[in-house]
Amino acid sequence: MLKNYLKIALKVLLRRKFFTFISLFGVSFTLVVLMVVTAMLDHAFGPMPPETKLDRSLGVFTVCISSPDQQNSRSAAAGYRLLDRYVRTMSTPEKVTVFTSARQIYSYQNGQKIPLFIKFTDGEFWEILDFEFLEGQAFSHDDEKNANFVAVINEATRKKFFGNASAVDKTLEVDGRNFRVIGVVKNVPNFRPTPFADIWAPLSTAKGKPPDDLLGNFHAAILAKNRADLKAVKEEFQDKLGQVEFADPKEFNTIVSAAETQFESVARGFFANDRTAGNYATQLLALLIFLMILFMVLPTVNLVNINISRIMERASEIGVRKAFGASSWTLVGQFVVENVLLTLIGGVIGFVLAFIVLQMLTSSGLIQYAEFHLNYRIFFYGLALAVFFGVFSGVYPAWKMSRLHPVAALRGRSI
Amino acid sequence: MIQLNNIEKVYRTDKIETVALSNINLQVKEGEFISIMGPSGCGKSTLLNIIGLLDAPTRGGVQLNGTKVTAYRDKQLARMRNEQLGFIFQTFHLIPDLSVVDNVEIPLLYRKLSGAERRKMALQALERVGLISRVHHFPSQLSGGQQQRVAIARAIVGKPRILLADEPTGNLDSQMGDEIMNILMDLNKNEKTTVVMVTHDPRLSEKTERIIRLFDGRQVN
Repeated sequence: MLKNYLKIALKVLLRRKFFTFISLFGVSFTLVVLMVVTAMLDHAFGPMPPETKLDRSLGVFTVCISSPDQQNSRSAAAGYRLLDRYVRTMSTPEKVTVFTSARQIYSYQNGQKIPLFIKFTDGEFWEILDFEFLEGQAFSHDDEKNANFVAVINEATRKKFFGNASAVDKTLEVDGRNFRVIGVVKNVPNFRPTPFADIWAPLSTAKGKPPDDLLGNFHAAILAKNRADLKAVKEEFQDKLGQVEFADPKEFNTIVSAAETQFESVARGFFANDRTAGNYATQLLALLIFLMILFMVLPTVNLVNINISRIMERASEIGVRKAFGASSWTLVGQFVVENVLLTLIGGVIGFVLAFIVLQMLTSSGLIQYAEFHLNYRIFFYGLALAVFFGVFSGVYPAWKMSRLHPVAALRGRSI
Repeated sequence: MIQLNNIEKVYRTDKIETVALSNINLQVKEGEFISIMGPSGCGKSTLLNIIGLLDAPTRGGVQLNGTKVTAYRDKQLARMRNEQLGFIFQTFHLIPDLSVVDNVEIPLLYRKLSGAERRKMALQALERVGLISRVHHFPSQLSGGQQQRVAIARAIVGKPRILLADEPTGNLDSQMGDEIMNILMDLNKNEKTTVVMVTHDPRLSEKTERIIRLFDGRQVN
């Protein structure tokens, strides 16, 4: 039966080329947009090297301190004192790393000014994150302790300074100081604020001593022992915040921050402000799903309209099928199958177009070091979306069609 | 085989009430070949549609093979049509996108049969109407007479006990009409298929065993 349905569906699609084009364009264009957006979200928030342990990782991204009357407040990244004294000393996590934001500096190569992003961090950074080393290795706790001028660079930086040759043990002049390259890792896109940089160097080699403050340009990544511990880690972090000593409690005496995922941090920024420590991830997810559905409704309504107008053209067929034993629900099934087929074809075209768009986005360099892929997860999302499209846009016209009276249908008109 | 008791069919709109059939009582025995005649608009097709379970009477009862079908739901009616009835229409109603053999297979799609079984039965039905050489043609590639023969093959492929033909020769010239009539008579004689045929043509109705005449929705025998 399915073969017969598919056969007639293909014939109908070929017979009505303009209708097919409009429908396929609507489905594939929508899928391209959705899949590109999904790929970007996946690239920003999904687990991928070096952030492979995202399921048990949290970060400290922003801190807000307020005056006693709440009239004056300051928000920024965390200060070194806060992270060193209160976060590194937490007992529930497996590991904690402290690192600076990626800061832009300049280096010179053959008289040419080359902008680079540098990040200063500690030895734990390399244990929490799974960087893929192309050569050499990471710096150690001892390198950080002894303020050794060693650095790990990414693939792009190696190419800029050393071409295709090995970079290990070579010297790189960064911000007026010489660092010995000890490792080269694969590029990390700047979508990922925790691992992203061009050069990573020990915290102790940063210019000047880290200011003893609660606000600054530092972040922490916290690795829980397992997923179940995340709650305990969050709670301990809040306990630690309660212990924070303020330099001048008359000026600032309240601190708000959270140990949270990158997605939770974005959600909090979107729905609240830095003064609020709640978790808004569910709301952001709901909003994204709502927007996705809203975006899909337009081509679906278009498909529903086209399908309804198509019903009358096929009234005779509906009448014949009913006369020879098709029940209303059988016809609903047939029509839904036709729509799913149409949307799956649109889905395949959408996949190909999305692949091309993502390749173009990757090669354009618009988002530094981003490498967008249509991975199996996105393939699944796309497929699910296509089927959802097919069923959603087919059920109403099919139900309407199934209500056609067989006699009226055979006469070629609806009742 | 077919029994209609006090059938009445009324079409109602907001302002108008039209009586299409009134007080129709009819019994058709198994293996009988009857024709329904009457002027245009007298209710012939409505009566045929009620016998074929495509339409429900406003009042009265329909029995097929001793089963009261008046209270049947959509799914039960669909199964009854599929297993007991075969339809032949004046305008053939072949699906233009499907080949001859695929058109003939349609009634079998709604039975639990394998693709091979369906194909075998469809080819047998096409052989029966002399169109085995045209199985992969499309309806538009056939003459009117050939299209109606495909429609007959489709009607008989499921081996129904009752064939309902609504002016089966109405769109054909007399020679082709005779061919179609011969096939129907042959099916009636050799397969013992009960045939109910609506026609305008007295030449055809004379060949049937019994003529039911309608006028203004009433039986006038």
